[in-house]
Amino acid sequence: MKVKQISIFLENKAGRLAEVTNILGKAGINIRALSLADTTDFGILRLIVNDIDKAAKTLKDQGFTVGETEVLAVEVPDRPGGLGEILKIIQAAGLNVEYMYAFVERSSNNAVIIFRFDNVDEATRALLEKGVTILNGEKLYSL
Amino acid sequence: MIWDPKFECMPLPELQDLQLERLKEVCERVYDRVPFYFQALRTAGIKPKDIKSLEDLFRLPFTTKDDLRDNYPFGLFAVPPSDIEEIHTSSGTTGKPIVGGYTHRDIELWSEVMARSLTCSGTTKDDMVQNAYGYGLFTGGLGVHYGARRIGASVIPISGGNTKRQIMIMQDFGSTILTCTPSYTLFLAEVAAEMGLDFSQMKLKSGNFGAEPWSENMRVEIEKKLDLLALDIYGLTEIIGPGVANECEAKDGLHIFEDHFLPEIIDPTTGKNLPFGEAGELVITTLTKEAMPLIRYRTRDITALIPGVCSCGRTMARMKRIMGRTDDMLIIRGVNVFPSQIEAVLMAMEETEPHYQIVVERKGALDELEVRVEVNEKIFSDEIKRLEDIERKIEKEIESALGISVKVKLAEPKSIQRSEGKAQRVIDKRVL
Repeated sequence: MKVKQISIFLENKAGRLAEVTNILGKAGINIRALSLADTTDFGILRLIVNDIDKAAKTLKDQGFTVGETEVLAVEVPDRPGGLGEILKIIQAAGLNVEYMYAFVERSSNNAVIIFRFDNVDEATRALLEKGVTILNGEKLYSL
Repeated sequence: MIWDPKFECMPLPELQDLQLERLKEVCERVYDRVPFYFQALRTAGIKPKDIKSLEDLFRLPFTTKDDLRDNYPFGLFAVPPSDIEEIHTSSGTTGKPIVGGYTHRDIELWSEVMARSLTCSGTTKDDMVQNAYGYGLFTGGLGVHYGARRIGASVIPISGGNTKRQIMIMQDFGSTILTCTPSYTLFLAEVAAEMGLDFSQMKLKSGNFGAEPWSENMRVEIEKKLDLLALDIYGLTEIIGPGVANECEAKDGLHIFEDHFLPEIIDPTTGKNLPFGEAGELVITTLTKEAMPLIRYRTRDITALIPGVCSCGRTMARMKRIMGRTDDMLIIRGVNVFPSQIEAVLMAMEETEPHYQIVVERKGALDELEVRVEVNEKIFSDEIKRLEDIERKIEKEIESALGISVKVKLAEPKSIQRSEGKAQRVIDKRVL
């Protein structure tokens, strides 16, 4: 159920993001979703890619600090109030969302949101119980 | 164990009498024989016969590294060239090296203080000393060599480098004492681990490590990895080489062999003597050297003298480990800051590696100190708040060590320049 995300430490310097995406592009890696969180000093780039091992290795070889985290890709009804329903379930289960971002592609008629929970197993259980669809890695990369 | 209890444990009043007598002698000698000192003493308005007490030392002029450079190579020698038995130089990487000359008696003195140093770490005539300091112009190799021979120990003059061979010989010969730089011991440990060897199987029992500054944390690491007693040795080419001071087994400061090397601590900016126990620049007067006696030589090394008597029985003054160099000292909002203090904090934190850079800027009227620390995989998180927590934690640790606030900024790995020799740790952008 879990999806692997890679994260990269970036200093807030012009051109760093372009550099990362160029490196991945040259290695033939497709970025499926991304989010960039930043402070005044540094940023963390989080990516869902089609080949995580290759992406991590390529970036490490280029001297970047790379982390791997497990996140959930959750199907959200693509209509007003759709996300609210999911968040209600999460709140009711007492789960804590560290951050979230949207996936580019749709899964049938649904949008896909990437969630980072502090307790990913508990979150999986709570969402499945309420009949929410969680996409696995293979499904996600092939969208 | 104490090599020469008569001098090393001499009651203080007696020691001070001896120091005063020797101070008078050395001043007479340099005044008569070294034109540089004749001039310097005249300018300072003091004659050797004016020296009546040890406090009169403070009236004498300093000798600096620049004075040595100006008189390169032999201008400060107090004996004719025919009396010189040996010449060494500093390992200085820039410009002309610092030269040290030795008469026959100087080599005897060097052997003696090195015998004292090696005895501090428990070396006896039954020991086998693996001397991995470089032999040559550098004083480390021959200094240890002379001391070990004076004790009657067996010396393996293996010199530096060729690490696998070092380890093989250490194992096959059963070396009991190791002498080298502290950083080299850790390299030895790394290579031994690659070879599948364990130091607990070796006979090493202790080592005198020096020629570069190191920390208490590093001692813990060395003692664990090499399974031996690791003691700090201090010296400099200008004074004699290694053997100026050495730690005893109490590990509470380095005993300065002050019957030969008279220490004082000064404020590096004002040149004023500092009260006992305060940190400042170490200044040494050589009391007995013949070839190149130095009066109040400013070592540029920062340390403090430790009050009180050592549990080992030696009465010789003790100094703390070298905390830094005056060349590296920064004055931030009136506080003296040494990069080595920041390094020690980073070394002590398990999350960080000692790759850092200090940037000083003046914002308005205030100096701001920014410490850039490289992010490694141990620190890194995909969550902003975790990384910010790390920044705050490092800031707090550095603040409590330095007494001034700093800003920590995480940097990408390998973004801080590495260099073979001395890394550029400080970027001072202040326009004063």
